[in-house]
Formats: sequence, structure tokens, C-alpha cells
Amino acid sequence: MKKLALTTTALAAGALLGVANAGDAQATDLTVVSWGGAYTESQVRAYHEPYMELNPDINIINDDSSANALAGLRAQSQAGNVTWDLVDMLPSDAQLACDEGLIMPIDHDEVLAEAPDGTPASEDFLPGSLGECFIPQIVYSTVMTFNNEMFPDDNQPNTIEDFFNVDDFPGRRAIQNRPAANLEWALYADGVAIDDIYDELETEEGVERAFAKLDTIKEHLVFWSEGAQAPQLLADKEVAFATGYNGRMFNAAEVEGQPFSIIWDGQIVEWDGWVVPEGGNNVDVVMEYLHWATDTQRLADQAKFISYGPARASSADLVGEHADLGIDMGPHMPTHPDNYQSPILLNNDFWTDYGDELRERFNNWMLQ
Amino acid sequence: MSESNDAFVRFINVQKSYDGETLVVKNLNLDIAKGEFVTMLGPSGSGKTTCLMMLAGFETATSGEIMLNGRGINKVAPHKRGIGMVFQNYALFPHMTVAENLAFPLQVRKVSKAETEQKVQRALDMVQLGHLGNRRPAQLSGGQQQRVAVARALVFDPDLVLMDEPLGALDKNLREQMQYEIKHIHESLGVTVVYVTHDQSEALTMSNRIAVFDDGVIQQLAPPPDLYERPLNAFVAAFIGENNQLHGKVVEIKGDDCKVQLDDGSIIHALKVNVDKVGDRTTLSLRPERVAIAPPEGQYPNVFEARVEELIYLGDHIRTRVSLCGTDEFIVKIPNAHAHASIARGETVQVGWAMEDCRALDAS
Amino acid sequence: MAQAQAHSGPMVTADGVPLKTSLRRAERRRKITAFMLVVPLLAFILLTFIAPIGDMLWRSVDNPAIINTLPNTVTALEDWDGEELPPEEAFAAMVEDLRVGQENRSIGQVGIRLNYEMSGARSLFSRTARNADSLEPPYKEALLDAHRRWGDVETWRLIKREGRPYTASYYLSAVDMRYADDGSVAMQPENQRIYVALFMRTLALSLAITVLTLLLGFPIAYLLATLPLRYSNLLMIMVLLPFWTSLLVRTTAWIVLLQQQGVINDLLVAVGLIGDDGRLTMMHNWIGTIVAMTHILLPFMVLPLYSVMKTIPPSYQRAARSLGANPFVAFVRVYLPQTVSGIGAGAILVFIISIGYYITPALVGGQSGQLISNLIADHMQRTLNWGLAAALGSILLGGVLILYWLYNRIVGIDNMKLG
Repeated sequence: MKKLALTTTALAAGALLGVANAGDAQATDLTVVSWGGAYTESQVRAYHEPYMELNPDINIINDDSSANALAGLRAQSQAGNVTWDLVDMLPSDAQLACDEGLIMPIDHDEVLAEAPDGTPASEDFLPGSLGECFIPQIVYSTVMTFNNEMFPDDNQPNTIEDFFNVDDFPGRRAIQNRPAANLEWALYADGVAIDDIYDELETEEGVERAFAKLDTIKEHLVFWSEGAQAPQLLADKEVAFATGYNGRMFNAAEVEGQPFSIIWDGQIVEWDGWVVPEGGNNVDVVMEYLHWATDTQRLADQAKFISYGPARASSADLVGEHADLGIDMGPHMPTHPDNYQSPILLNNDFWTDYGDELRERFNNWMLQ
Repeated sequence: MSESNDAFVRFINVQKSYDGETLVVKNLNLDIAKGEFVTMLGPSGSGKTTCLMMLAGFETATSGEIMLNGRGINKVAPHKRGIGMVFQNYALFPHMTVAENLAFPLQVRKVSKAETEQKVQRALDMVQLGHLGNRRPAQLSGGQQQRVAVARALVFDPDLVLMDEPLGALDKNLREQMQYEIKHIHESLGVTVVYVTHDQSEALTMSNRIAVFDDGVIQQLAPPPDLYERPLNAFVAAFIGENNQLHGKVVEIKGDDCKVQLDDGSIIHALKVNVDKVGDRTTLSLRPERVAIAPPEGQYPNVFEARVEELIYLGDHIRTRVSLCGTDEFIVKIPNAHAHASIARGETVQVGWAMEDCRALDAS
Repeated sequence: MAQAQAHSGPMVTADGVPLKTSLRRAERRRKITAFMLVVPLLAFILLTFIAPIGDMLWRSVDNPAIINTLPNTVTALEDWDGEELPPEEAFAAMVEDLRVGQENRSIGQVGIRLNYEMSGARSLFSRTARNADSLEPPYKEALLDAHRRWGDVETWRLIKREGRPYTASYYLSAVDMRYADDGSVAMQPENQRIYVALFMRTLALSLAITVLTLLLGFPIAYLLATLPLRYSNLLMIMVLLPFWTSLLVRTTAWIVLLQQQGVINDLLVAVGLIGDDGRLTMMHNWIGTIVAMTHILLPFMVLPLYSVMKTIPPSYQRAARSLGANPFVAFVRVYLPQTVSGIGAGAILVFIISIGYYITPALVGGQSGQLISNLIADHMQRTLNWGLAAALGSILLGGVLILYWLYNRIVGIDNMKLG
């Protein structure tokens, strides 16, 4: 008996040592690029930390470079030294990167998990969200937000039209210094039906019309370039309205307690998700991670930390309360029925084709 | 010559302090006559430059009055005093040519162009640089720059010119040459000059009178020969020229003659200058060239045995260090005349001197 | 004797070697040592300065996408006169190129490149390429069916024009020009002109910032150079303090001060100088850019000025005053001219730095305070139009070199003193 016990112990010790050694030898660093701030935090808590617990030999390193992801991908590809393993980016940029061959095409049903009820991934992800190289995680929206304290209680704005109405709703307005979203809103406020907006924008008259509408409020405009500026401007009462990402605005209003209200009318809805750089060193490991991190439960988990909606239909029912605040996240989701009355779906094909020209016109318009 | 109230420059009870605690200039009184060349001579930190700067207007007197031509100038701005000045480093404007430098004081006085040109040329000719008007100061030698600086200080015909150690940067030969030139310019123009230096030979060469400064006080104000021949205190005696100093106690006073007992017991007859009574400590000052080697018997009251310690051949004289009366630092200058005494190191010789040449001064 | 001999032929040393050879040998070792000492820095500069600039110049004209990805089409279009749609061979070549390009994923770059010149080119290429395999001859009809743009002569002219390894179109864009339909050079439509106005604004704002730093920095530098050491050290620390603070912190501090609900406006309202509804707009416009950048760049003006002023002895001004000049004249005619080298160095330093600045304008400049660098950064990071960014950067570089040349002509670069 004694001898046996000794042998077992020795074996166990050896096995432990062996495992430890193997773990050391195989420990893999994954560099995951994302947007930083509250958004990266939500990914860390919903995906990275649980995954590293399950897989002690994986070490995930965060890099907050998503704002310049496209430039970074191109630079790494040209230098032949791809150090990023997984990148969070917008579908329009992903399409560009995909066209340039900077990121890998992904076979959706082979790489991604099925829904719990067996629905294949290609059908479970919201329609039109999956791209050739792009796996969406969330639905976010660019929304108009205002500071409650800048308007009397009995006269609070609640539509995009109010944003363009400087007589009844005075005060400066902050918008992003690029045409996307702003031109759509201008036409929407000018009475164009949501379904016709992009058709209208493809014509010279439509573009003229959008700029003419923007001209009516131009002297009240302040332009922001970095996402963090919008809530800051609003909190400082530098502006009465600001456009911004709904998650950041949620964070400012609910977590920091700023007196902000979101106007869900005309919210510009878009996806955000993962791409895998071509030529990375850990492609197999990344694909495994991607399979896990985009399954139904994980996408629902992320909504506990930030008010972005999960990109899978099967995740919607699993969305619960905010992990720290304990408030019901449902009403804060862009996709909540109350909020989703009049969404404008950002048309990436349109911006892919007309972005170069309209950016020049928008810059020119800002300069005037 | 300068006692009257119509002195050209007067310092009346002038005091100056920078920090409110110590006086750099202590109760200065000085009268300078028109046309005089007065040198303020003293070691650095003695207050001489401060006095000059107060006169120029770059420093204000803490108390007292400075008068120029009968007018108090304490509150007159420097540029309204009409005083020419030559600075230590010449202060020629590097971005202007020589002629432009000279024209500057005339231009600010709105002198007409033709007259300016004429005066500039005359001033340049005066310092023999008539051909260098178009050069920049940096292209001139030190001596030439010096001349330009002098010409510039004189070109607008000031009644008073101040010079602040103007020759300090020049080498010895050039310095001597410039001393003569400045002296001649002074004599030919009749301008009043106040000159500051720490170089006694410069002061002796050029000045009508020299004010020896030490510790913020004028120690003695006198023409050069007086200063050398008849120093009033031990500082002046030591500062002007070389002298042998012997220390002792007054044991007897008879008119001008006072008998002094040195610390080794020797008795010396000296001229009473700056001692009051028997028993005072005193410093005896004796010029090395007034000591005779092997004097004829009975010529001098002071005759001592001296041992030759060192001989240094200096061309015009032989500098001899001897030990006597308890000191081995006693210097005797033996002129290199045809009949000079030939002595050798280690020898013992007789040396002697007159009572009048040995001055009994303060104990210092 | 020996000299006379030496004069008759080339000088030789005692052992008969020509003097020049001997000297060269003696000097060689010294030269090699000196060179070895310089090598690391030289390599560093080549790698981090010269090479990137060369790369930038190269990118501003490099045009590989079309000629590499559509080689057959480019060849087929060589003899085409550009009047009407090209012949069937060109369409067939295009289909072949599209198939290959789709296969090796290079067709996207053609779309991106051509979209700079013609909106819609990207979807034209990516959509057609996706279905290229299913196209059947005759290809002219097949392509016209696939996308109406293939029936546009302009599309083919564009491919022919840009099917060269080098292009001037980035430079044209950078000066608000473009190729017209007939291939001649024309101005951009009025509502798309940006860059010339921005270059002008960048020049004007940089100039204003330079003048302001000079006006503000000159008295400080003068004080620094003339105060007793213990005071001037303290002052120097205050001047250098901005240097030791992070750029973002400083910029944020200016935001706190300048914004409408900021410290300065609050103060003015509290004192009653302006009403609560009349708060001044001092940021999110060019004023913010000027104020913040003047502060940030002040040390670059003060330090060269100080180093020059430090060498001007106070006796010059005293001399001027003793010669009869009042303080103002003494300053203007004697002191100021001697600081010209410092003014020149500081001005050129501040001007060149501000011409290339972009973080501060991005944060406090609003739209009217943006500089050309902000758009260059935008093209580098967001739109990825590196060719245009390179062309804009090259023009900026050229402008700086011209200014430098002018400065050298007027003031003389030898007169510049940096320290």
C-alpha cells in the first residue's frame, strides 16, 4: 500500500510538472485590438477573462488601436510583421481591408458556433450583418443626445427635426467631422422617408439638399473628431446637443450620472465586430477563441456591461441586467422595440462608393 | 586747484549701498576741475567703478549729491548728461560699421548729415583710423577698436569723458602706446577725463591727480609724484610702487624725526607722517631704490649690516633681496650704472638710507 | 638650397615620398576614426529620417494598382483613341483581369484607387469581379449587362489614364485640381476644393502664432537674460514648465480655461464685463488653436532668444545711453538688431513646428482652427489614401524648404543662433 501510494504521488507530481512545463512552453499571447474605454472593458469582462480562466495557456493582451485599425493593418501587412491577432472594427473599414486582402475571409458556418437550438450561424446572426471577412458582435447606433438642463422641462426635444430647429431649441450642436450620419439626418429632417435616404443621396440634388439643410444650423455647429469629445462637450454644456455612440452616452448618463437624454428617433444603426488579420502567427488559436467568444451566451453577456445590442437573434432573450448597476439593460438597447421605431440602417455599400467624394465635399463645406 | 565751489564735477557726501546693509562707497567727497584728468585707482571691489557708474548715471547714489557743472544730476537720465564714456570691452556696436558707430551719438542728437560726416571723419582722423570707417568692429584689432571707442566717446564734443578700465584687454606694449595717445588727446582737446583703473602705471602716466580707493574710501588724492613720494598711509605706500615695510613701535618723537624700535630691537630714524605719540605701533615704508649699498660713512642715520640672499638681473637694475633687521624680504634696487656695486650672494654688505625716505605710517 | 630644390618640383618628404601622399596617409587614420564615430548617427538618420521622406515622395507618385492588376486591359487599351467604347478585345482582357484579380484578392485595390477619381468605382469592380467567372462571351455585352458603368466611356478613359506606373493625380488633388473628362487638367468643382484654402490657413495661423510667440517671448527672454541668476532660474523653470507637462494635459487645461462654461468666461461674467448670454467663443475655432499653440510653442521662441540675449553685454545699451540715446532708441537701434539672429532662429523654429502641428488643433481648433496636418493625419489613419497624404506632405515639405531658402537669402542661415 505504502509503496503504491508513493508511486502514485510521484506520478502525480511528475504529471503536474509535465503539465506545468507544457503550459509554459505553449502559453500563447493573443493581441486583441479594440476601441478602449468602457467598450474594451465590456469585452474583457464578458469574453477575455472567462476565456483565460478556461484556457490558462492563453494570455490575451489588449491594444486600444481600433480607431486607426485600418492604417495599422496596412502598415503591418506591408512590413510583413503582423502582430495583431484579432481586431475589432467597423464593417465599412472591414470591407476595405477585405478588398485589400489585409484580413482573412471567414467561412461563417465552419468557424462560428450554432445557436443553442441548432440554427446555423449564418442564419442566427442578424440579417446583413455578417461580412465576407467580418463577424459582428454588437449592434450600436449613432444617436442624438441632449443635456436636459439646457432646455426647460416643458420643452425637451425628442426628434431629429428638433435638432434642426434652432428657434425652438436654441444652443450649439456638436456633430462628427465626417459626412456619414450627418447627411442622412439632414435628409430625414427635411422630410425624406427613411427608405429613400440613400437613393436620394446618390443624386446630386439629394446631396445639395442635405447640405442645404445642414446650412440652416451651420453657425450653431461644433465639430468633434474623437468619440470621447461628444459626451464631454455635452457635460461641459459647451453644446446643447451632441451626436455620439449610444454606449458612450449610456455610460455618461447612467454610470456617471450626467443629465443626458437620448433621442432614439432616426438612430443610425451599424454593426461592429471582429476581423482576423491575414498572416498572423496564431490563426488556429484565434479561430477557436472566435468560435467561443461569438456564441449566443457570450454575446448576451457583453450586454451586461455596455448598452450595445448582441448581433445574434438567439442572444436577445438572454440580455439581462447591468452587471454593476443592476438596471434592466433592455430599454437601453438600440434594438429595444421602443427605441427601434425609426432606425436608419447605415448603408456601407453607399459609403464605400461615395465616401471619398462626399468626404471632400463635407470638408469643403466645413471650411466655408 | 579744485577747492573752489565752481569745480566741474563734485561728489558731495556720496554713499552707495546695493543691499542696504553694507556701504560700497562711504561718504565720498571729490572735486574735479574742468580740463583735469583724474584717475580713480584701486583694487577691485574698492568702489571706484561704482563711483564712475554713479557719475555716468547707470547707478544711483544712495545718499549725497553729484554735481556736474554746478547742477545736481542725481535725477538726470544718463542720456541727458552729455557725458562721453569708454567701456572696458569698448562696447562698439557690432552690427554697425565704425563710421556708423561714430555717427550714432550725432544722429540721436539730430545733427545734420553733412556735419555728422565731417565730425565722424575728424574724430577718425584724430585716432588715425580715417581709412577704416567702413569696417565692422569685429574686423579691427584690439588697439584699433580701442581707438574707435575713444573717438566715439569724443565725437559729440562732451565736456566730460569717463573711461572704465579701457586698456585692460590690450597687451602691454599696446597699452603703453595707448596711454600716451589718450594723454595727448586729453591735452589737445582740454576735455575733462575721469579714468578708472587698477593699474598704477597707467594712472601715474596719464593723470593730473589720482584718487586711490580702498574699501569705499579715497585713501589719498594727489598728483602722481606726491602719491609716490609722499604716501599718507600704509595702503597707498604699498599700492603705489614697491616698498619695504618694517613694523615697530615709536620710542621717541623729535619734530619730524621719530625713532622707531623694530621688533628685533633695531632702532630706525624715520619721518613722522602718520603717527601721534610715543608707544604707537607703526609701519615704516621705504622705497627699494632709496637704499644705498655701502654708503659713505656718516651720510645716513640708518645703516645696517645686510646679508645678500638673492640677486635678480633685470636689465636696468639689479633687484637684490637681503636680510636685515629681522626680515629676509628686504628689497634693494641697485641701478645698472657703470659704477654699480658688484656684490655676490651670501656676502654681507652695509646698507643705509636717509631719515626722510623712511616714512612712519599707520600700523595698518 | 633644399628649399630651392623643393620649389622646382612637387614637395617631397625626407624619405622621398611626395608630401601630399604622405599627408594623405597621415590623415587617413584620423578620417576613418572620425567616420566611425559618425556612422551610428548617420545610419539612424538614414533609417528614420531620409528613408521615410524618400518613401513619402515615392508614394506621392507611385501608382501600381492598375498596371499590376489589370495588365491585359492596359495593354488592350494602348491603341484605343478614347472617343467611343473600346473594342471587344479590351472587354475580354478586362474579364480575364477581373478573374485573376478576384482569385488573388487584388481587385479591391483597383476599386479603391479608382474610387479616388470616380465615385462608385469600388462597387463597380468588386461586384463585377465577384461574378466574373460566370461571364460569357461576347464580353462587351456581358459587362454592360453586369453594370451600367462599363458602358461609360469615362470609366475606360480613367483606366487608360491611370494605367501607368506613376501618376500626378495625387498632386493635382492636393492643390484642388483634377483631370477633366478629356484628360486635361482643371480645377475641382468649387464645392470640393479644400486643400489650397487649408494650406493658406495653415500659413496664416502659423504666422500669427509665430508673431505672438515673438511678442510674448521677447520680454521674457530679455528678463531671463538680464535678471540676477536666482530670479532668472525661477523664471526659466516657469518658461520650461510647459515642456515638462504632457501635451494632452496642457491642451486639456486650455479647454477648461477657454470653453464657454470655462474659467475665463465665468470670470468675465462674474466681473460683469459680459452677460451670461454673451459668453465668448474662444475655442472650437481658430482662436483656440492660436491661444493653445502659442502657449505650447513659447519655449521654442524664448530659448533661442535667451541664448542670443545672454551674449549681449549690458554695456552696449549703457554705451548707447551714454552717447545720448533715450532708452527706446537705445533698444531699437542697438539692442534689437543684435537679437535678430535669435529672432530668426526662434521664428523659423516656431513656424516650422506649427506648420506641422495637429494634435492641439484637433482638440481645440474646431473647424476654423484645423490645419493641413489634420487632414494629412486623416488621410493617413482614416481614409487610408496614403498617396494623397504623401502628396500633401511633400507639398508641405517643399513649402518649408522654400521658406528656409528665403530666410537664407534675406537673413542668412549662418546668422541663426539656436544656442
